[in-house]
Amino acid sequence: MTSQLLAQLAIFVISAFLGFELISRVPNLLHTPLMSATNAIHGIVLVGAIIALASASDGFTTTVGMIAVIFGAMNVVGGFWVTNRMLGMFGPPRKRVKKREE
Amino acid sequence: MQVAPFIAYLAAAALFIYGIRRLRTPETARSGNTLAAVGMAIALIATIFVADIDNVLSVGQISVGVLIGSVLGAVAAQRVQMTAMPQMVAAFNGVGGGAAALVAVSEFYRVEALGQGHETLVATIAVLLSVIIGTVSFAGSTIAFIKLQELALTGSVTFPLQQVVNAAIFVGILLLSANILAGGLVLSPLVSLYLILGASLLLGVLFVIPIGGADMPIVISLLNAFTGLAAAASGFVLSNYALIISGTLVGASGTILTRLMSGALGRPLGKIIFAGIAASGGGGSEQQEDREVNDKSAGEVGEYLADDAEKVIIVPGYGLAVAQAQQAMRDLVETLESEGKEVLFGIHPVAGRMPGHMNVLLTEVGIPYEKLYDLEDINPEFDDADAAIIVGANDVVNPSANDPEVESPISGMPVLTVENAEHVIFIKRSLSPGFAGVDNPLFYDTEKTMMLFSDAKQGLQDLNEAVKNS
Repeated sequence: MTSQLLAQLAIFVISAFLGFELISRVPNLLHTPLMSATNAIHGIVLVGAIIALASASDGFTTTVGMIAVIFGAMNVVGGFWVTNRMLGMFGPPRKRVKKREE
Repeated sequence: MQVAPFIAYLAAAALFIYGIRRLRTPETARSGNTLAAVGMAIALIATIFVADIDNVLSVGQISVGVLIGSVLGAVAAQRVQMTAMPQMVAAFNGVGGGAAALVAVSEFYRVEALGQGHETLVATIAVLLSVIIGTVSFAGSTIAFIKLQELALTGSVTFPLQQVVNAAIFVGILLLSANILAGGLVLSPLVSLYLILGASLLLGVLFVIPIGGADMPIVISLLNAFTGLAAAASGFVLSNYALIISGTLVGASGTILTRLMSGALGRPLGKIIFAGIAASGGGGSEQQEDREVNDKSAGEVGEYLADDAEKVIIVPGYGLAVAQAQQAMRDLVETLESEGKEVLFGIHPVAGRMPGHMNVLLTEVGIPYEKLYDLEDINPEFDDADAAIIVGANDVVNPSANDPEVESPISGMPVLTVENAEHVIFIKRSLSPGFAGVDNPLFYDTEKTMMLFSDAKQGLQDLNEAVKNS
């Protein structure tokens, strides 16, 4: 139990630093899609919702689990879908012109 | 945990990380999002083997729930206008936070009321964090959605002793949490948890209602980080690595993004959250007396642009999106370029209602993103520009933000230095100050500035005609 908790804490800390690093280099241009994509990724909570609903054994836990699953699925599907729509507008691949370097 | 689902979760996490990495450039961004979605699918499939699904009933329930949620999410995502993107993100964020809180409530109830599983200190702390953070995010996002959709509560809503009330609720939540951790000394743990749930809902509402329009992007970003942390906390409840890794990634990245944004506004996060923009409410009224402005018609401005301007920089603000004038903007750009003029866009980090929102709105109508310049890149360009055209923006070009003599809500905010251009053209409906309620001295510089009083869409169309005809 303890070693499992320690492993989880280690993963937590490393993930946090990774998150800091990943975002720091995204340009302003893409901040809205970025926010929207990370928004979709925290839809991972649907995994937890499915586990909760699967182990539900009475009316209360079933209701709560069901709402959680619906919420989580909305978060995942809506989040990725809308990000995809947004990024579709950034057009076909083109070379980014770096005017400032000329 | 079995080995196969564990590997699948790791693969999903790797895809999330690689996907976010690909969001760094416009060319790779879309595939990055797709990769992250694939990662999500892998994690969800693996969960079928992790969850203890032992009968047809729960398979049916899960399928129905996923189906309902997916349809709702997809329909909303497909229908939403790009201008309404901030409230859409707020909505998806809210349901995510709600889901995290409910997962924790369900687990706690199973342990306390049904005697299933076993209670550990760590799991209980994780339940509390997940419920509190998730619920605050849910309630806060709901209020943000209502405000941005302009259903109610627009502007800053304040009442006396607001901070005291918030602090009292927070202390209440801490006391109830302590009661649960002590095994229910005063109240039963379940009742305490329900009270915490209610108090957190209230706290989420009170946290967001005083925050006005201009600061909303920052709040949404912060709530996004909250939901990530709530998901990570529910990962600790369930001992699920997929939740811990992904939730923490989002929590950390959301925090950084929030800091970048509040930096772009020149306002420390604490000031936004604890002071709100409330103080600025009445700022604009004092200098409204009849000062002279250089009022020009579209014809006159068009003539100037056609005859004397070679390099034009356009600064769009949220007013452009409100007037749905993006298309008219593109038409004007095409006309100017067909006359051989150089046209660039200066995009302030907080133009629109989310950072990067204006870029999305302009690329939507086919303005190539190569023309969209960030604040640091565009400011030197104003020095040799003949005209800066400001459409539906004010605060982001207000030189008084960096005037040490003037104390205002936007003091210290980096702005676009449009005053360095030869001429400044405002397309604006009236002289009223923007979101922050701060008067702009450029309005009254009759040598340099031309004011074209018009709705953004109408003004751009008239200007386009005028340039064509002269």
